[in-house]
Amino acid sequence: MSAAGNGSLGPPATGTAFVPAIEVVGLVYAYADGTPALDGVSLRIAPGETVAVVGANGAGKSTLLVLLTGLLEPVAGGIRINGLPLGPGSRAEIRRSLGMVFQEADDQLFMPTAAEDVAFGPRNLGLPADVVQQRVNLALEQVGALALRERSPHRLSGGEKRAVAIATVLAMEPSILLLDEPSAALDPRARRRLIQLLQGLSHTRVVATHDLDLALDLCSRTVVLSAGRVVADGPSDRILADTALLERSGLEAPLSLQARRPCRRG
Amino acid sequence: MRLISRERQALGRIDGFARQDTAIHRLDARAKVLATAVFLVCVVSFPKHAVLPLLPFVFFPVVIASLGRLPVRWLGQRLLIASPFALMVGIANPLFDQAAVPIAPGLSIAAGWLSFLSIVLRFLLTTAAALLLVATTGMPAIAEALRQLRVPGVFVTQLQLLYRYLFLLGDEAQRMERARDLRSCGRRGTGLWVGGTLLGALLLRTLARATRIHDAMLLRGFEGTIRPASPRALTRRDLVFLLGWSTAFLICRQVPVGELLGHAVIGAQP
Repeated sequence: MSAAGNGSLGPPATGTAFVPAIEVVGLVYAYADGTPALDGVSLRIAPGETVAVVGANGAGKSTLLVLLTGLLEPVAGGIRINGLPLGPGSRAEIRRSLGMVFQEADDQLFMPTAAEDVAFGPRNLGLPADVVQQRVNLALEQVGALALRERSPHRLSGGEKRAVAIATVLAMEPSILLLDEPSAALDPRARRRLIQLLQGLSHTRVVATHDLDLALDLCSRTVVLSAGRVVADGPSDRILADTALLERSGLEAPLSLQARRPCRRG
Repeated sequence: MRLISRERQALGRIDGFARQDTAIHRLDARAKVLATAVFLVCVVSFPKHAVLPLLPFVFFPVVIASLGRLPVRWLGQRLLIASPFALMVGIANPLFDQAAVPIAPGLSIAAGWLSFLSIVLRFLLTTAAALLLVATTGMPAIAEALRQLRVPGVFVTQLQLLYRYLFLLGDEAQRMERARDLRSCGRRGTGLWVGGTLLGALLLRTLARATRIHDAMLLRGFEGTIRPASPRALTRRDLVFLLGWSTAFLICRQVPVGELLGHAVIGAQP
């Protein structure tokens, strides 16, 4: 995607490649009932990087993504998005550069048709009707869902819903994509298509997942969270081949790196 | 809760009707919404004993149902399901209002029966009109029309979200119902207690989902109102439909067409 024209969906070209897209320092978060979720997470993600955040259920992956959007406020620590500190004053601007794809597509698709749903964000940006339509078509085309334009979300399959949910975010032309368990509840073919789709994008991507094969296929870098802390951070092929590390973090090596381990009876 | 599964299907069915392509379906939603509104106001504004003046209004649902190719059987079933409400409202009238009213030479009945009949007839007319509006237009288009007609955005957004998530709520309730049935070992007496707990769980799930939806909206720049697509212009067919029906309704409201016809029929008898 070129950065020319209003309709392009690539991230805006910035001359400041040295500013990290995402910078998190000493992030602490606890749920209202006192259960700790994040316990001092620090991360730097460069523009254009694709990072998998992996960890067992309850490790704090989703919480980290939600904190990045400013929907939750951290107990301690700071977040900078494209160099801008996240706070009440900058929230609206930061949200324009972030696109979050929710774990459950149904939560994200609330308008009567796919096209209306994709148009929701751009209309909120106050764009003129023809630009909105242009963005809707481009975003749907990019995820291969142009044919679903007029369909209502509750009649779409899981994979189709996921694709449209991604289109709703692409139409906002963010520079950063946050994806929460994008491959959850997808059949193998839909999952394969999703990986290809995500590989084809040039945004900074942060993928929270426990689908380690997806992490291996899609992300050059992997961050392992365990009990709210970063326990490892490095190239995916190294991290995801470290069986001992993964076991300690409540994970198992990606299936593609495992010899078949039959479950013995008795 | 068995009711939920059935109603869930009925909802899907009405959605299917709304996707048909007939002359009525092709009309602009605004024309249909306004015509239906005039119809409703005319029907409910009659005095309480009115029966004959209501009869000409039957024409409207009949015409819409036949031009919109909607099965009478379906409409009848839907009306039947909702009818207990109207019956409950009107059932005591004949007891309390016993003044005799002559309806034909030498024949009189209690005024309460007239008001009871009037209530039932109004219920049938208004419910049929509303059902037909949804079945020929579809809820999303109705919501959009309301927005264009300057109904406050809060209400329209409510309506849109309610309709969008009714299906999901139905599915969720259906799954919970199945999970319960599979473990109640064929006994039907799973009891009010379990039913109440299920409803509570459903409410909690609904609240959690509502929060997530609101989050998703906020992240895409939502500031309280859903911005509509720019409306298309009304065509001449839309205006003819709207003005034609509205005029007919107002005439039937002001001029006792039904009574005139009734007198003509009665007068013709020896």
